[in-house]
Amino acid sequence: MPAESILLRFMEGEGTADLEAYLRVEGYAAARHALTALTPEEVIEIVDRSGLRGKGGAGFPTARKWKFVPKDAPLKYVVVNGDEAEPCTFKDHMLLERAPHLLLEGIIIAAYAVGAHKAYVYVRREGYLARERLRQAVAAAYARGFLGRKIFGTGMDLEVVVHSGAGAYIAGEETALLESLEGRRAMPRPRPPFPAVFGLYGRPTVVNNVETLSHLPAVIRLGPEGYRALGPPALFSVSGHVRTPGVYELPLGTPMRQVIAAAGGLRPGRRFKAAFPGGSSSALLTAEHLDVPMDYEPLRAVGSMLGSASLIVMDDTTCIVRVVARAVAFYKEESCGKCTPCREGTYWLSQIFDRILEGRGRAEDLELLTHISRGMSNGACFCLLGESVPPGLEASLRHFRHEYEYHIRTGRCDVEAALAAAVAPGA
Amino acid sequence: MAPLPDEARDEIRRLQRHYEQRQSALLPALFVAQRELGWLPPQALQEVADLLDLPLSEVTAVASFYRFFFLEPAGRHLILLCTNLACLLNGAEDLRRHLEERLGVRPGQTTPDGAFTFRESECLAACHLAPMLMVDRERFGPLTPREVDELLERYRAR
Ligand code: SF4
Ligand code: FES
Repeated sequence: MPAESILLRFMEGEGTADLEAYLRVEGYAAARHALTALTPEEVIEIVDRSGLRGKGGAGFPTARKWKFVPKDAPLKYVVVNGDEAEPCTFKDHMLLERAPHLLLEGIIIAAYAVGAHKAYVYVRREGYLARERLRQAVAAAYARGFLGRKIFGTGMDLEVVVHSGAGAYIAGEETALLESLEGRRAMPRPRPPFPAVFGLYGRPTVVNNVETLSHLPAVIRLGPEGYRALGPPALFSVSGHVRTPGVYELPLGTPMRQVIAAAGGLRPGRRFKAAFPGGSSSALLTAEHLDVPMDYEPLRAVGSMLGSASLIVMDDTTCIVRVVARAVAFYKEESCGKCTPCREGTYWLSQIFDRILEGRGRAEDLELLTHISRGMSNGACFCLLGESVPPGLEASLRHFRHEYEYHIRTGRCDVEAALAAAVAPGA
Repeated sequence: MAPLPDEARDEIRRLQRHYEQRQSALLPALFVAQRELGWLPPQALQEVADLLDLPLSEVTAVASFYRFFFLEPAGRHLILLCTNLACLLNGAEDLRRHLEERLGVRPGQTTPDGAFTFRESECLAACHLAPMLMVDRERFGPLTPREVDELLERYRAR
């Protein structure tokens, strides 16, 4: 456990959606300090030294992203990505619902650092409560002079607009999000140019994730060393076969075993089988990886990734083939259709999975899965959505090939069969 | 079909103020139209196109891309059953079978009485509630089939 919780304490109980509640825990003090006592360059420097990295999945250093923004551009934007819908990531949603002022304070700090005067928060359509709370928070902040003209009596103006998504996972990709915000179909743009230089309406635009921005008040308050000394802290969305799924704040680098323990451990009598450490885009890990630290580099070293720090835990009741089939179906459903390897690849993979699960699998199917998956790797797809498919699929073929083979050979699932045998009342 | 009420038309015109370019108001505008009519008939798409001075083809292309725009009439309530990983691992398949049986329709369809449109959904970012579903704006979970029955009853009456 970190010595001090920096995000979770704003989310517990009733949360701090109410401005008064937020002010009682020193709300807006960090933004006020940044705007009145620090130059934008100093803010960027502090964030740089804190080591803060994007929490949406890519893990790119936040300050470095900001530094790409040209200083002299007349109009710049901050866009908050509240649409990230990586399966089993729910921390951002919870932050919006319970601690919207924390995000707004982060937005103020980021906008000041890069010299933007307008911010859009793009929230996924399903987030009704999140949007409502955020809208109320924005109104309350305006009423107090924390947003609008001459914030905290300084020369800084900032307008914040809440914008609703319309149901498209791909809109969580930052360039697709900008397309969507411009009122078009959410399809990724070629990069470069990067949004920091050519973003919304062609203006320099910083696109940051909800959790990333929510860390900024603590980074300013504690200073880079104080912040880093806490781990640095991160929010983990833990779901699947754990006793108390939820959002947990733990230092980056906490071993997977301990993250699972924080979520109450496995259900009674069950054994750990596998986990996705960073959402369904990350390669599956198995029991031999339980002590791997949940951090960017250590997970990459074992062929997986931290991604959005969404740990999906599976116990011994899980049919891996079914799980991977569902993940593939998700990417098929959400493929924007722009490029062929993704559009066709996800469709083809899904067809093969369907027939394996229906007991009509063929001996050559495993080779075919590998072949299609390779065709979607190494930059073959236009964006990360397509590239998200191979890691989980290939890891499952590596670690659980026997389950696929059993399905294909017998037309049945060995896990289900074993479970049925175990619960049969000795008849 | 009656055109959009004047207030809705004004609301759509006003939306443009938030953005540097008016097409940014397209998604919000479509939501306003859908709120008024329950879905987006061709005539509503045309009205939105006129109000924002955009080609109808563009409005139609955008409306058909996103999942939360209804280009066909929808039921009074929208049931979104999450069947993504956390929910799958916790029994979403049972809930799906149960709902299909109780509603008498398959995912993607609307019940004959017009009470429910039933859809399978990707992760709704409430995985701590798995298995969960949403009815309109509310989330429910973790759910048993029996609790699903109670929910259906409650919403059918509305
Ligand atoms: S990889 Fe998939 S989602 Fe990305 S651009 Fe290609 S088709 Fe669209
Ligand atoms: S998997 Fe069902 S809400 Fe996330």
